[in-house]
Amino acid sequence: MIMLGLFLLPLIAVFVRSINPDFFGYAFSKQALDALKLSLVTSTITTVCAILFGTPLAYVLANWKIKYKSWLELLIDLPIVLPPSVAGLALLIAFGRRGLFGSYLNLIGISLPFTTVAVVMAQMFVAAPLYIRSARVGFAGIDKQLEEAASVEGANRWQMFREVMLPLTGKSLLSGAILTWTRALGEFGATILFAGNLEGVTQTMPMAIYLGFERNSGIALALSVVLVVVSIFLLALTRRLDKPDHD
Amino acid sequence: MKRFSTLILLLAIFLTGCSSASSTPIIDSANQPPRTLTVFAAASLTDAFTEIGNNFQAANPNVTVTFNFAGSQALRTQIEEGAPADVFASASGKEMEALVTGSFVTAESSQIFLNNKLVVILPTANSAGIDSIEDLATAGIKIVLAAEEVPVGRYSREALDKMNGSFGTDFKDKVLANVVSNEDNVKQVVAKIQLGEADAGIVYTSDAVAAPELVTIEIPTDINVIAKYPIAPLVESANAELAQAFIAYVLSDEGQAILQKWGFASP
Repeated sequence: MIMLGLFLLPLIAVFVRSINPDFFGYAFSKQALDALKLSLVTSTITTVCAILFGTPLAYVLANWKIKYKSWLELLIDLPIVLPPSVAGLALLIAFGRRGLFGSYLNLIGISLPFTTVAVVMAQMFVAAPLYIRSARVGFAGIDKQLEEAASVEGANRWQMFREVMLPLTGKSLLSGAILTWTRALGEFGATILFAGNLEGVTQTMPMAIYLGFERNSGIALALSVVLVVVSIFLLALTRRLDKPDHD
Repeated sequence: MKRFSTLILLLAIFLTGCSSASSTPIIDSANQPPRTLTVFAAASLTDAFTEIGNNFQAANPNVTVTFNFAGSQALRTQIEEGAPADVFASASGKEMEALVTGSFVTAESSQIFLNNKLVVILPTANSAGIDSIEDLATAGIKIVLAAEEVPVGRYSREALDKMNGSFGTDFKDKVLANVVSNEDNVKQVVAKIQLGEADAGIVYTSDAVAAPELVTIEIPTDINVIAKYPIAPLVESANAELAQAFIAYVLSDEGQAILQKWGFASP
């Protein structure tokens, strides 16, 4: 009961307090729409990149025998539990203009902080591990005999992946991807430190909410409601996927 | 003996009960129970108020001063939503007025305790080669400002409006076109310049004093904006007397000397 109260009451409060004649004016202001668009675009790119680069990594981690594999898995899981402020600071001192690696990028004219690329990098850092983790568990759950059978049948690697692995792990890949997507959508701490805040370039929804709070809590509440609704929709989607098939 | 200690106990209860009505300055004795004074203060006051708080604690051993440093707007909203605070020190009059309107603070109790000016800060290396305020309009340099929503960001834009008069009517637009980030508080602007991630920023003089390694460019008074910081006890404070004592200390010569040391000016 206490837990439920802790989870539900703040959400109810956000909805109740956001009722206000200016709600739609705030929720559909140019700043809010710009921020929502940027959030959706960057979190989608993050999710696509996580799938592209994370799937092979998860496969390798689940199937190959590598030295120090548990340490590698621990390192990949680390960003999930790391405070986002640490992530943002780490990204800034690594890839910033004067950063450990960023200073070399700067020599060839690439400067990452304060760009949309930086927003995606921050989201990748904190959110992609969720996908990799979910995919790794999915791949590890496949019966080895099935793979052997497929290879006896003469399936090559790609066929095996497409015909055997994907149908069996599809659900964990998809729910991992949606978790990454929602986490990326809500990313704030690492983004504000590494990417800064500029409307239309790096100002995502959580940032607009935070600054809206500094100006007028009505704006912040209206934007919060929009983000809560989008997140509920995405999570409901994951739940449908997690359920066993009825047909 | 037993009767004597009962008497002491009664006396103590009596004194504590009366203390909220008395207006004498705090002389904290070891007999008093430990108390906590909660001060909500603008982010720009972080260094100076931490020192003032330490001194106040040293003079009143049973008192613990707890600070909540954040943007003045965020603090105001927290107070309006019922956060327990005893003292509010804001970086702009606007937030204090809002609290007066909401009856969280009485108009008479609010007083200006310091002035703060704006200054341009540059990274130590100054690789963009900025040596005057006019250079802020040079295309391609990276400027970070505080967001318009926080007082220092609003003052920075007011100063840029004034600069239009000195450097040409499109000066503000050119400078704003160079802005790569509107940071959520003034300390973040300083941090981005310290890390060399941006070429110039506009902050309070006090922030520049707290980061002596940075290069500063003074902004002449006629195109500068003076921020006036108000301080007031909260109506709902459970430690009204302590709150008054803290404010009196901030306004005292000793308190003002600490503020000046950190780059603020007396009102």
